[in-house]
Amino acid sequence: MNGKVVKSLREAIELSGLKSGMSVSFHHHLRNGDYTLNMVMDEIAALGIKDLTLNASSIFDTHAPLEEHIQNHVVRKINTNYMSAGLGHRISEGLMEEPVDFRTHGGRPRDISLGITPIDVAFIAAPAADCAGNCSGKVGPSACGSLGYAFPDAMYAKKVVVITDNLMPYPLRGWSIPEIYVDYVVEVDAIGNPQGIVSGTTKITRDPVGLIMAETAVKVIQHSGLLKDGFSFQTGAGGASLAAAQFLKEIMVRDKIRGSFASGGITGYLVDMLNAGCFESLMDVQCFDLKAVESIRTNPAHQEISAMQYASPAAASAVVDKLDVVILGATEIDTNFNVNVHTDSNGYIMGGSGGHSDTAAGAKLSMIIAPLFRARLPIVTDRVSCISTPGRDIDVLVTQRGVAVNPKNQELMQRLKDGGLPVVDINELKEIAERITGKPQKKTRAGRTVANVIYRDGNVIDTIKSV
Amino acid sequence: MRRSMLFLPGNTPNIIQNGEILGADAVILDLEDAVAPTEKDSARILVRNAIKYMGFGRCEVIVRINSIDTDFWKKDLDAIIPVKPSLIMPPKTSCAQDVLAVDAYISQLEEKLGMEPGSVGLIPLIETALGVENAFQIASACKRVKAIFLGGEDLTADLRCKRTKEGHEISYARSRMVCAARAAGVEVYDTPFTDVNDDEGIYTDAQYARSLGFTGKSSISPRHVKAINEVFSPSLKDIDYAYEVMEAIRIGKEQGKGAVALRGKMIDAPIVARAQQTIQAAIELGLGREA
Repeated sequence: MNGKVVKSLREAIELSGLKSGMSVSFHHHLRNGDYTLNMVMDEIAALGIKDLTLNASSIFDTHAPLEEHIQNHVVRKINTNYMSAGLGHRISEGLMEEPVDFRTHGGRPRDISLGITPIDVAFIAAPAADCAGNCSGKVGPSACGSLGYAFPDAMYAKKVVVITDNLMPYPLRGWSIPEIYVDYVVEVDAIGNPQGIVSGTTKITRDPVGLIMAETAVKVIQHSGLLKDGFSFQTGAGGASLAAAQFLKEIMVRDKIRGSFASGGITGYLVDMLNAGCFESLMDVQCFDLKAVESIRTNPAHQEISAMQYASPAAASAVVDKLDVVILGATEIDTNFNVNVHTDSNGYIMGGSGGHSDTAAGAKLSMIIAPLFRARLPIVTDRVSCISTPGRDIDVLVTQRGVAVNPKNQELMQRLKDGGLPVVDINELKEIAERITGKPQKKTRAGRTVANVIYRDGNVIDTIKSV
Repeated sequence: MRRSMLFLPGNTPNIIQNGEILGADAVILDLEDAVAPTEKDSARILVRNAIKYMGFGRCEVIVRINSIDTDFWKKDLDAIIPVKPSLIMPPKTSCAQDVLAVDAYISQLEEKLGMEPGSVGLIPLIETALGVENAFQIASACKRVKAIFLGGEDLTADLRCKRTKEGHEISYARSRMVCAARAAGVEVYDTPFTDVNDDEGIYTDAQYARSLGFTGKSSISPRHVKAINEVFSPSLKDIDYAYEVMEAIRIGKEQGKGAVALRGKMIDAPIVARAQQTIQAAIELGLGREA
């Protein structure tokens, strides 16, 4: 057909011209089931290439071998939007000489498109591809649905290598990323473990506290004045968030409210809402479960979007800016409504912003759902250990013991009070929590900087210190 | 008002700290079956401190102590009485003497602590065949007894039968308990529905208990609380009827009538009493107005 299909990963790397000191990129739609990042990095290490910048949209525990590549100076720098606790703990302990740069799902494509974080070689794991590099996540044994986060890599990298375990006849039907961006195609036995790529089902919490918070969250949406025809919505895949989506669906169906779209990471619950007529469309940058994968494959109203269209501040327009309501989580929130989703209570890296800051900035109503305490730890604090999303972008905190509204949004506060919701000052919520758990001694932030938290506009809004 | 009572294991701080927001009218902090013998002391301390320092808001606090045939019950009372729970639940109560033993020890503690005598009530847990047969004596053993409580699980073991969802095996015990409690002038509460994943079954079971005359029902799962509250709350129709009854009585009195009828039916003393109870419950639920 053409000369894009090469025999091995090694050949693709060699042909790409990758040299020490360059940058490589990966997307994370295969999540904790991904094989490709480790395969590629092992091959790069075997070729003796060093001092690379690794630009991965997220890093999961399955990528633990990265530690060795860091120690051996194969990887010198990491740019990412999310890092789970495995490598996160080691980074916090000072594994890397250079700080990790955390961005957001919108900030990453922004900086790639503006040339701030150029990519020399992008490696795109593709559940289906043809010999010319047209590729898709919608079919194949490792199907993951949307390939949204891989679009900027394909469009802006100097060289693009597609890695697939499902080489299909040209032209691949329903491709997501077109051949025009792709330089090489490599077929491998498996790009990932389907068990870790998407969960079979995402499940609503049965935790009574989570259900109480979900019910309250939906009441907040009802009384916000935003729940009407044309409504747009985003929520995460956490148990309480899913419960809120389920309760919201019941109300929208009952009251015959026809929303515009739901966006972001898509779960089966949002698919159910689409099918029940709650929304005209789903705008999908990532699928979280098999139902979402099936839906994006079969339903034209379930649309794949790129990371740029999802959230990039450098794009002419983005989906997040059209959101009415987003429901988000927090590991900590402070009395100025700043939210931490990067570190745990001991200061160890265990997450990242993902789309948190992007959606919070864009949505008319940004809501945090979080229990007032987890085990012995209060969640509302005087100052979060790390600012992931600035408090100015958060409108309301929903806990099991009351709802705190950011004082900047007096109209919402009045609406919620008029609606009979238990509106409480956030300082009071902090006091309630501390009365039960005591006030934990705060970890000092005195170590060296192990990570920068880069807001979606490119400015560093906080740093994470070594533990 | 106690429509729902939620059991919370006394050794689980994560659950206890959210006790007041789970919707139950009362929480039963359990020092008995939910707590392993090796953890009795830590649970006792946790429950004591939770009541003393945290509180449960509008939720009434009941503590289930260990039974009087163990070495734990006096230690439980030593720790718990000073923090003044509303009620103590002694388990495996089989006769009036069991109640009187607990009553006497609490009285001693109240005196020693300078508390008002009788300030802590009792809600004996009846869960043996002998206890069911002695239900009236237990319910009327002393003034401290405010209610009796049926424990279906242990009872069926004692009856040598299988506990079922339908509950035919405890029908007699349920009716006997209600009758004994009403005869003694105390409240009566039903055993938990133990299938925490059966969201429909809880409604059926609670409706049956209410139809027999139980005041309320307990639960081992927060997920059942809403159903219990719904079933044991007066309906809007009940509330409207209760106000109509009281209004008819008021008009009858004004007109000097000895007998008053509403919709062609005579209103007698029990109907008035029930109407008053309904209105009181409605007021407590924020659904009522003074008659």
